[in-house]
Formats: sequence, structure tokens, C-alpha cells
Amino acid sequence: MYPIVAKKCLNPTVTMMDIAAPLVARKAQAGQFIILRVDEDGERIPLTVAGYDRAAGTVRIIFQVVGATTEKLNHKQVGESIQDFVGPLGEPTHLAGLKKVCIVGGGVGCAIALPIAEALHAMGAEVHAIIGFRSRELLILEDEFRAVSDRLTVMTDDGSYGSRGTVTVPLQAALTAGEQYDEVIAIGPLIMMKFVVATTRPFGVKTTVSMNPIMVDGTGMCGGCRLTVGGKTRFACVDGPDFDGFEVDFDEAMARGSMYRDFERHAHEETCNLFQKEVR
Amino acid sequence: MPANLRPDKNPMPSQPPAQRAHNFDEVALGYDEAAALDEAARCLHCANMPCVSGCPVNVHIPAFIEQVRSGDFEAAYQIITQSSSLPAVCGRVCPQENQCEARCVRGKKGEPVGIGRLERFVADWHNQFSAAAPVRPAPNGHRVAVVGSGPSGLTCAGDLAKKGYAVTVFEALHLAGGVLVYGIPEFRLPKRIVQQEVDSLRQLGVDVQTNVVIGKTMTIDELFEQGYEAVFIGSGAGLPNFMGIPGESLKGVYSANEFLTRSNLMKAYRADAATPIWKGGRVVVVGGGNVAMDAARTALRLGGQVSVVYRRSMEELPARREEVEHAMEEGVEFHLLNNPVRILGYQNPDDPRDPKNGCVKAVECIRMELGEPDEKGRRRPVEIPGSEFVMQADVVIIAIGTSPNPLIKNTTAGLEVNRRGGIIVQEDTGATSRSGVYAGGDAVTGAATVILAMGAGKTAAKAIDQALMG
Repeated sequence: MYPIVAKKCLNPTVTMMDIAAPLVARKAQAGQFIILRVDEDGERIPLTVAGYDRAAGTVRIIFQVVGATTEKLNHKQVGESIQDFVGPLGEPTHLAGLKKVCIVGGGVGCAIALPIAEALHAMGAEVHAIIGFRSRELLILEDEFRAVSDRLTVMTDDGSYGSRGTVTVPLQAALTAGEQYDEVIAIGPLIMMKFVVATTRPFGVKTTVSMNPIMVDGTGMCGGCRLTVGGKTRFACVDGPDFDGFEVDFDEAMARGSMYRDFERHAHEETCNLFQKEVR
Repeated sequence: MPANLRPDKNPMPSQPPAQRAHNFDEVALGYDEAAALDEAARCLHCANMPCVSGCPVNVHIPAFIEQVRSGDFEAAYQIITQSSSLPAVCGRVCPQENQCEARCVRGKKGEPVGIGRLERFVADWHNQFSAAAPVRPAPNGHRVAVVGSGPSGLTCAGDLAKKGYAVTVFEALHLAGGVLVYGIPEFRLPKRIVQQEVDSLRQLGVDVQTNVVIGKTMTIDELFEQGYEAVFIGSGAGLPNFMGIPGESLKGVYSANEFLTRSNLMKAYRADAATPIWKGGRVVVVGGGNVAMDAARTALRLGGQVSVVYRRSMEELPARREEVEHAMEEGVEFHLLNNPVRILGYQNPDDPRDPKNGCVKAVECIRMELGEPDEKGRRRPVEIPGSEFVMQADVVIIAIGTSPNPLIKNTTAGLEVNRRGGIIVQEDTGATSRSGVYAGGDAVTGAATVILAMGAGKTAAKAIDQALMG
């Protein structure tokens, strides 16, 4: 069992937790992920590492409540434990040698982008961060990003905070203005990463994306997380989760991501009903 | 008492096909005492014991059968466990027809003695009626790490623990058992049987740590730093192969590993499961091995109308005959001498948001004929030009084998692998190119059988003991 040692709500649907998992904390690096099961008979879900404290032996996860499993996880409190927690899995983000980087985060993807921005900042690289949300209520980690960014741009779809529009607007403007980035690293919804790649491609700026497909074991055994990258089948769990954005078939990834949508919606509703009954 | 000279084995009581095709309960129900006593009396107790040499772990077969015949089933169990750490598993999933039973003298005129059925009876009897906990041997002060809790790892761990070693088994998944829990379905090997076997090893003192991925959470080198004096790698077969044909990423296409893991390990077959799986519809399983049979029979039980597509003929089909017969009785169709060339997807031209878009619609196959034998002597399948045809399908399961997982190789300097990625070992010891590191099972051989993996675990345990104790 893996105890929850800290919990904080970042916005109405996004929660941060620190989990005691010393073996994982010892090895975790930015860009890697873990797999957890909330309880016995629970589903295995992958979550990208949002931080770690090697001395305390804890790993930070930040998740959005989107389905039955994240709903159950969100109902767990400090002092309670989760059943299984394994990692770190996948390859860390390759940061060596980078001097100037634009980090683009969308929604809960900002949770994964932050440790990368922090690592780059600690290396002495110049960090430009663009973070986007649907609206002001969903904003997360602004102060944390500001602390490690040489330039921070906050975007909201509805203009309720920062500037109005998608993350590609300031990215396009920066590239057009002649900003020379060693790399653009984009983490967020598939549709956002697809459009970031469409924005950077004409400028030929190397663009890395972090993929988070459906997984079961997370060690290469099942192949459920396969993607087409550069025309080849790759497994996100062992070959990724980072890939060259110019090579990823995003449309296929989006289709595969919807494989269990009906099941997931139904399971989430059932779980919510169950929790409501408990409250009554 | 004279030997029972009837030519046939006592039949295995089984669930009728029409019934079992709709449930996940075990197909074979096992002998009762009367059948076991009667079958044991068929053994002629040959002086040269050909059956024993046919067993990869050399179970003392005539000796345990003699105890069954005399009615001392616990004594029979104790004889089996001298050689095998997983008798209830082996009695169910070993291909006895190619091993012990293939060499049984009774098989020359009639059927061999039902050695596997007797082994299963003895193990189940012990698990049901015996309270005797295994005796923990005195510790010998040495520590050994085992990577993977499948058949090879559990066997290696069990053999070393019986000699007094402090053994830690590291398992990547949340449950011990490896392929016995994620791969082989409940209806062939109930998971409570696997857990009983794992529990007996725990009682022997084996420490099983789940959720540790060696190569990620810890490396082989770190295991030595922590004081383990030898490491056995039994990490299994690894990454599923795909065919490399168009359409393999459509929704509804699974590797057999994924389909079986969802159903077996994650219990997706249950109505209340948290893990989803596509149930029902028309299912095409590609491949002809035991894994293909397991996938086909699982899909059938999930409500599917199932076809197996295999590129050679029934004669070359590598699955156990018994599994093929069971699958046929249950209603799985076999389309032999066919090979898929592409998987076709659904796309609604009028509605880009149609949820069926991107789902499997059909499989296009081409007919094959058998040509000249290849280097292994198997006749090579050759496409018949222009013979393409389309089979309707909602789910496609690719069961054409696996490639070794590179996680350990990539993080262990000096560990040599062959060109397919399998770890290179000395056959008689399981020793790898790294001092103190041994390996066995599918990580070495590629996908093979449970009992061969157990044999490799046993060989390595013996070699580790010799190396550490001198």
C-alpha cells in the first residue's frame, strides 16, 4: 500500500497528491510516468510524474477527474493509501544541451510541463512558458511557472484571465518575431499538441510532444499504447512517452483514445452515483 | 494387485461444450478418487522409467503414481514437490502428450497413463485436504534475487528457498504469477490455484515484492549493491509482435497479450470490472499457437462469434491438440491456409463524428498453399495470387508471438543477447555473460511452454547453489 501524504485541490477538477513511494521517488525524472491502482480490483491508469522528493520518498501526481478511477482517487484523503503505485516508467525527457526552450502546457498537461520547466531552469536554460486553460477557474500552477520562466504567457479560451485565445497564438507570434528556440516542448490535450506542431512545422523548430495513450501494464507487454510515429508502430510506455511531434499521427491517436468512451462515461456515472449515495 | 490393462485413459470429466462456452469456470473438472486409483493402476512401473526423462523437471513419476495407487495422496504430493514447485499448475497446462506421456510404454498399444491428470488430482487433493505447511529450512545466510514471478522465477525461487536461501522475487505487475495470471485464462488455470502455489512459496520464506520493474525501479547492478549474491532473470517474453499490415491501429485491434491481460489479470470478463474490453461481435484471431487458442476461447466466452485465421494447415498448427479440440467443440471456427493482408476500418462519409469511425469493419485475407519445407522442415506457406477475400470483423486479435523486452538488456552493461533479443545463456547452467547473473524461460527462448520455463528455473537454481556453496 502507498500512503497519501499530501493532497491539494488545484481547481474544481484537478487535484495534486504526494504519494509515499520511496523506490519510485529515488529514480523518477521529469517526463516519466507511473501506473497506479486505487483499490483492489481497480483499473491500472498511467499518470505522468509531476514532481518528486527523493529525501522524503514521495512522488507528486496531478490528475484531472475524468472517469471512475480518477473520481475514486479524488475521494481518497491524506492518511489513506492507494493499492498499487509502480514506476518510474518510460524514458525521461531529454533536456541535455538545451539553452532556450519554449514550454507549451494545456490544462492539466501543465502539471507535467512544470517539472520540465523547473529542470531546464535549474540547468540555466532560458525558459519561455505558454500555459493555456479554458477559463480562469481552471487555471493551475501559475506561480510555480512564473518562478522558473524567463517569460510566461497565460491564455484562456474565454479571455477570463491572461489573454484570450489558444496557446498557438503567442507561439506563432514569438516564432514570427524571430525567436530562436532550441526546442518547443508541448504537453496537453492531443488536439492542442496537434496544432502546436502545425504552428512550429513551418519554422522547422524541433517539437517534442508527450503522449498519454490508454495503457494496461506500462512495461511493453500489451501493446495497447501503440502509436504510429514516422510511419512505424511505437509503444508509448517503453519508447516514449515523448516523441518527435512532426512524426506523430495525432488523428490515429485521437481515435484510439476514444476506444472505451462509452464504457468510461457509464463507469464514471455509476461511481458518482455511488459517492452521492454515501453522502446521503 | 495386477495392473489395469484397459487401453484407454480414464476420461477427464469436463463441463459440456455448450455450457462452458458461456462461462469462465474451469473446463476440466479433475479425477475423483475412484478414477485416480483406477488410472494409477495402469502404470507398469517400467524399470528404465522413460516418462521421467520426458519431464523437463524430472518428476519421479512412477514413485508418485505408486503412492496414488496405494491411496496415500499426501505422500504422492511430497514426491512431486521434490521436483516441481507448481504441481497444480503443471497438471493443468503441461503438454504431457509431448513429454512424459509421449514416452509412456502404455502409449504403444493404446493410450499412455494419464500422468498429467494424476498430477493434477494429487495437487488438488493436497490443496483441499492437507494442512501440512511446507517446512521452512534453516537459513544458509545467502541472498538471491529473482526477476519475474512467472513459472521460471517461481521455480528458481522455490528450489533455492528449499535449500535455505533468502530469496526475493521482484514482480513488475501488481500480482505474482506472470503468464499464469495475465496470460492463461481462468477456464484453463483458475487463478486461486496460482495464488495457492505462490502462497506455498511464501510459506517457504520466499519474499515476493510486486510493483517493482527491474530495469526501471531498480537495475540488476543495484540488486548486487544491495547484497544479493546472484540474480535470476525470468522476465518473460515481452513485447507483442504485430503483422505490419495496414489497419493494425484501428479501434478493435488487440494484441493477444492485451486482450488476455484485460480479461485475466484485470478481470474484464466480469460484469462489475473496472477495466474495459470489447465483448461480443465477430472476432478474428490471427495465429495458431496456444496463446491464439486462449484468446479465441476467451473472446467466445465474452459473447463473440470467433474465427481463427492461420496461414498453414491443421497439421502444422502449433497449439496443443487438446486446446484445438476444446476450441472446436465450443464453436470456434478455423480458417486454415489464410493470411490477413490488411484490416479495413469503418468511416462514415457523411458524419465525421460517427462513433464507429476508425473501428474495425473487416479483415482482408489471402489464401495460402504449402510450398517447399523451410530450414525447420515445416512447409512454407505461399500466397495464391488473386485469392484475396474479405471476412467481416468487429474485433481482431493478433497472436503471432512476442519479442523479448529490452528493459533489462538496456540497463545491464555486459549482458549479451542474441539477434532476436533473447538473453544468451549456457544451456546446462543458465549462466549469462555477466558473472552471477542467470536467466531462463521466455526471456531466453522466446515464447515457449510453462514447463520448459520451469526446467530453466530449476537448472539455474542448481547452478546458483553450486556457485555460492561451492
